[in-house]
Amino acid sequence: MSRSYLPHWIHWLGSPPNFHRFAGNLRPWLMAAALVCAVIGLYGGLVLAPPDRYQGDAYRIIFIHVPSAWMSLFVYACMAIAGLVALVWRVKLAEVIAMECAPIGAAFTLITLFTGSLWGRPMWGTWWTWGARLTSELVLFFLYLGVIGLYNAIEDRRRGARAASLLALVGIVNLPIVHYSVVWWNTLHQGSTVNLFGHSSIAPSMLWPLLVMALATHLYFFASILGRARTGLLALESGKQWVRKLVSGQPPSPTEART
Amino acid sequence: MVTAIQPATGSMPVTPMTQPRSPGSWCACGASLRRDFVLAWRRRGELFLPLLYAVIVTALFPFALGPDPQLLGRIAGGVLLVIVVLAMLPALESMFRADLEDGTLEQWLLAPQSLALLALTRVIAHWLTTVLPLIIVMPLLGALLNLPVKVLPVLLAALLLATPLLALLGAVLSALAAGARRSGILLALMLLPLAVPVVIFAAGAVSAAQSGAPYLAPLSWLAAALVLAIVLAPLACAAALRIAVES
Repeated sequence: MSRSYLPHWIHWLGSPPNFHRFAGNLRPWLMAAALVCAVIGLYGGLVLAPPDRYQGDAYRIIFIHVPSAWMSLFVYACMAIAGLVALVWRVKLAEVIAMECAPIGAAFTLITLFTGSLWGRPMWGTWWTWGARLTSELVLFFLYLGVIGLYNAIEDRRRGARAASLLALVGIVNLPIVHYSVVWWNTLHQGSTVNLFGHSSIAPSMLWPLLVMALATHLYFFASILGRARTGLLALESGKQWVRKLVSGQPPSPTEART
Repeated sequence: MVTAIQPATGSMPVTPMTQPRSPGSWCACGASLRRDFVLAWRRRGELFLPLLYAVIVTALFPFALGPDPQLLGRIAGGVLLVIVVLAMLPALESMFRADLEDGTLEQWLLAPQSLALLALTRVIAHWLTTVLPLIIVMPLLGALLNLPVKVLPVLLAALLLATPLLALLGAVLSALAAGARRSGILLALMLLPLAVPVVIFAAGAVSAAQSGAPYLAPLSWLAAALVLAIVLAPLACAAALRIAVES
């Protein structure tokens, strides 16, 4: 056997029963921290922060919109990294994590598109424009849907996870190309009439709730991925001894132990 | 790969195994191409389906938008590009499906030749049999939509660069979806993000030609992307085929 360069705890955590227990212990704490951060961030953003000089109260949607937009990219990166690990080392846990990232990321992307559209209506006078950021976000949403669709279309769970992981890796190469080609396309056709991020600096009273909300969404993502990965592992390993033991709450009978 | 077992160099003389020499890569690719052409010829009725699809969709546009030649001429380039992309989709789905079902793919994996190279020959055969006819009827479709004559060469050049690129990208996705149950709309969903830059640059060249602007830059971008895809897409395709066949 080749020598391992990874610390021992990674191997320990990669084992499904260990991960199941570890994630089950950690998840409530992460979720509670996410809730606390979200309450503080939303209070700071919606109540304490002053209204914007030009946008009035409409700008307050950024406390949902911007953290979601950050998360839509962050989750994709997590999915691609887990997918790479799954493809190269064939770690079962990495396959599960990569595939469970996709619905969370798709949800964050959808929230971003939806809140952006809500904000765009009073500010730009339109629900949708084909700006570079909007188009890239929409393409990102389709990438997520493609990964979810491919994973669900293939009968064999593990083969589906590996195929969808490869698609996620193709997508991460594609995403910057899409972004820059859309920028190029927009500048070729028409000058941008609306500037999405015109103000270069943001007041500290608006910044801190934004950062707290970003922290909350990250914590929520980690809590959510741990929970989803737990159920994903249980489904994948449903025939295994440790799952039976866990579900029945009894020690296995001698016949089961032999098989 | 597996390290070969060293031949025992001792008292026992090593008799060389009389193995038939495996054919070279060129030979294998030629045989694969020939097989694909024969199969395509046996089912030559199917080759007309994408053409028919393109003609039908093209004929529907004037009914939907009105027969104003000015309007049709302005949008013809972009419309024809989209029609070609859509007409490519159904054929992409079956690129590797039959080979996966009858075990040909397993022979590809076992073959001493590079899997990526064999996948590339498959893409070439696919492009020649299903996409090239579409490009050949483009002048006719352009005439139906009143495409300006000076734009036609640029549209053809853009298609000659963009469709092999799409076929290469589509081959990767088709290999990924080969094991899926129903992959028709799924393939469209997966191709959309990859097709966006290709369509942008191809349409950019066409609209630049239409307005009299220099159109060489977007065509060069397409050519560069095609060169990159010829190198990288077969490798990704081979990885996807391994996933489809293994386990």
